[in-house]
Amino acid sequence: MEQTARRRLGRSLAIRQVDAGSCNGCELEIHALANAFYDLERFGLHFVASPRHADVLMVTGPVTRNMREALERTWRATPDPKWVVAVGDCAANGGVFAGSYAVAGGVSEVIPVDLHLRGCPPSPTDLLRGLIALLEQAR
Amino acid sequence: MTNVQTLIKEGLPADNHRPFPRARVTGKTWLKAIDALATEQCSLLGLWATPGSVHLALSEGTEIAVLSLDCPGGRFPSVGDRHAPAIRLERAVADLYGLDPVGGRDTRPWLDHGRWGVRHPLGAREAATGAPPAYPFLASEGESLHQIPVGPVHAGIIEPGHFRFTANGETVVRLEERLGYVHKGIEGLMAGAPLAQAAKLAGRTSGDSTVAYALAFARAVEAAAGIEAPPRAIYIRALMAELERIANHFGDIGAICNDAAFAMMHAHCGVLRERVLRFAGKAFGHRLMMDCVVPGGVGTDLAPEDAAALRTLLGQLRDDFAPLVELYDGTASLQDRTVGTGILKPELARWFAPGGFVGRATGRTFDARKALEYPPYDALQFEVPTRQDGDVNARVWIRIEEVGQSLSLVEQILDALPGGPVTRDVPPSAGEGLALIEGFRGDVLAWVRLAADGRVVHSHLRDPSWFQWPLLEAVIEGNIVADFPLCNKSFNCSYSGHDL
Repeated sequence: MEQTARRRLGRSLAIRQVDAGSCNGCELEIHALANAFYDLERFGLHFVASPRHADVLMVTGPVTRNMREALERTWRATPDPKWVVAVGDCAANGGVFAGSYAVAGGVSEVIPVDLHLRGCPPSPTDLLRGLIALLEQAR
Repeated sequence: MTNVQTLIKEGLPADNHRPFPRARVTGKTWLKAIDALATEQCSLLGLWATPGSVHLALSEGTEIAVLSLDCPGGRFPSVGDRHAPAIRLERAVADLYGLDPVGGRDTRPWLDHGRWGVRHPLGAREAATGAPPAYPFLASEGESLHQIPVGPVHAGIIEPGHFRFTANGETVVRLEERLGYVHKGIEGLMAGAPLAQAAKLAGRTSGDSTVAYALAFARAVEAAAGIEAPPRAIYIRALMAELERIANHFGDIGAICNDAAFAMMHAHCGVLRERVLRFAGKAFGHRLMMDCVVPGGVGTDLAPEDAAALRTLLGQLRDDFAPLVELYDGTASLQDRTVGTGILKPELARWFAPGGFVGRATGRTFDARKALEYPPYDALQFEVPTRQDGDVNARVWIRIEEVGQSLSLVEQILDALPGGPVTRDVPPSAGEGLALIEGFRGDVLAWVRLAADGRVVHSHLRDPSWFQWPLLEAVIEGNIVADFPLCNKSFNCSYSGHDL
C-alpha cells in the first residue's frame, strides 16, 4: 500500500472535509481519525484547510439547500484529479432527512461521488478502511 | 404568587399538557409576559410556533410554563422588541410559519436563505422563485475598519456557518453571525411522523447531544402519554447522558487547548474521549449512543460484564485526567491565552439566560438536573460547579469540574442500578408534553403534541445554542481576531441543533 500511495500521490492524500448539513455526528468520528488510536497521518492521509490543496473532498450531510451552492463551489475549487467521498447515510441518500423541503437528498444529487461510506455515523475504523481502499484504487 | 403562576391563571388552561402548565392567553397577557422577561423576572426557555399560533416557554426559578397566543392575522406582538434573546427565535418563526412579530427589531430572514423553492414551508406555503436575495449585514462604520468574511465552509472539520468580522487592525470591533446553512427541516419531518421515526430525528438534531435530545424527546412523549419509563431504564438513560457529557467535555477541553496551539492536551484528551466512546460502542452497540434512548425506555440493557468494565474505566479516566488538569493549570503560556479572553459579562448572562458552561462560567447556577430534579437525579448526590470570571479559562474549568461530578454520578448510578425491564409500551393517546434535559452544552427543550393514534402532530426542539450564539458575538468584541477560535471553541455552540 505504501508503494501504491507513493507512486500515485507522492506519499499523501490531502482531504478537505465539507459538512453539507450533517447533524455533526459524522464530524465527531472524522475528528476521531486524528486521535492516537487511529492516527490517520501514518497512512499518508491528512486533512487540509483549503479545497485548493485537496485531492479528496469528504462530504457529510444530506446536502441542505442552503449549503448546495457552497458545496458546488468547493468542488469547483478542488483541482483535478479529485475524488469525492460521501460519508454517512445522509450523504448517501438524505438518510432520515430525505424528503424535506430543505435538503437536496444526498451528495450525488449535487456533485459526482466516487465512494460512499455508509453508517450513522460510520465508525473511525470504517472510515479508515474506506480511505485506504480509495488510496489503493486511485488512479 | 409568582409571575409565571399569574400569567397562567389569566389564560385558558390546556388540560392535557404535562408536566408543566400551558395556557392559551390573550394579547394582553402576552404583553405582560414580555414585560416579565424584559424586567428579568422570568427567563426565556423557548419561543416556537404551530400553524397559526405562537408559544412562549418561561421559567422562574424552578417553575416552568407555556403561554400560547393565536395569531388570526398571522401576526403577534414581538417578544424580541423588548427582550433581545427572542429575536432569532422570532425570525425563525417568521421564516417557517409566516407569523410576523409586530414591532420586531430585526425583520431579516434567518433560516430561510431563499433557496428552498418555498416560503413559510410549515405555514401558508408560497412558491418562491428567483435568485436568493443578498443578505444585508449590519453596518459597521468608522475609520480604518476592514471586514473578514469567514465561511460557511470553514478551514477545520467543523459545521458550516458564516462569520462576518469587522476589525480595526487585529481588534474585532463587531462580529455578526449568519446561520441556517444546515437547516434540514426537522420540524416539518416530525409533523405526522410515527413515534419511532420522530425519535430518530430527535436523536439527529445535534449528533454530539444525541442522548440529551433522545432523552428530552422521550420524556416529553412519556409526559404526553402520562407514563414513566421503568426504573432501570431511567438509571441507564442517566448513565448514557453522563457518559455523553464526559466524552464531550474531554473533547472540548482538548480542542480548546489545541486552538491555543497546545497540542499535547488535545492528544491526551482525545485518548480519554475515545475510551469512553469505545465503551459505549461495546456496551450499547453505538459509540455515540444514537437511538439508545427511546420513548418508553432504552433500546439496550447494560450487561453485568459491561457494568464491571465501566467501573474499571472510571478509575482509569480519573487517574489519567488528574495530571492533565495539572498540566492545564500549570502551563503559563496556555493560561496566557485562556485567562481574561472572551469575557461574558454577568448582565448579559442574566439577560440571555444561557445554559451549560457558558452560563455557569458567568455565575448562573441553572442546571436542569438540579433545578427540576428529574429522575434519577433527585436520588443522586452532585454539585453544580459555577465560576464568576466568564472567560475562556472559566468555561474550561466548568467542564473540568463537571467531568469530576459526572464520573461520580456514573459510579452512583452503577451502585444504585435497579433491576427489571428497560422498556415499556407507549400507549397511543392524544396529549402534549414538555421536557427540559441537561445536555453537555446546556438545557435541551423538547415539546411534543401527540395525536390519538400515537403519531407526532408537532414537535419543537430548542437547542441551548439559541441563547449562546448571540453571546459569542458579544464576548469577541475587543479581542484579537486570532483569539476567535479559542472563544468559539470555548462556547462550542451547535450549528445543526440551532439550524434545525
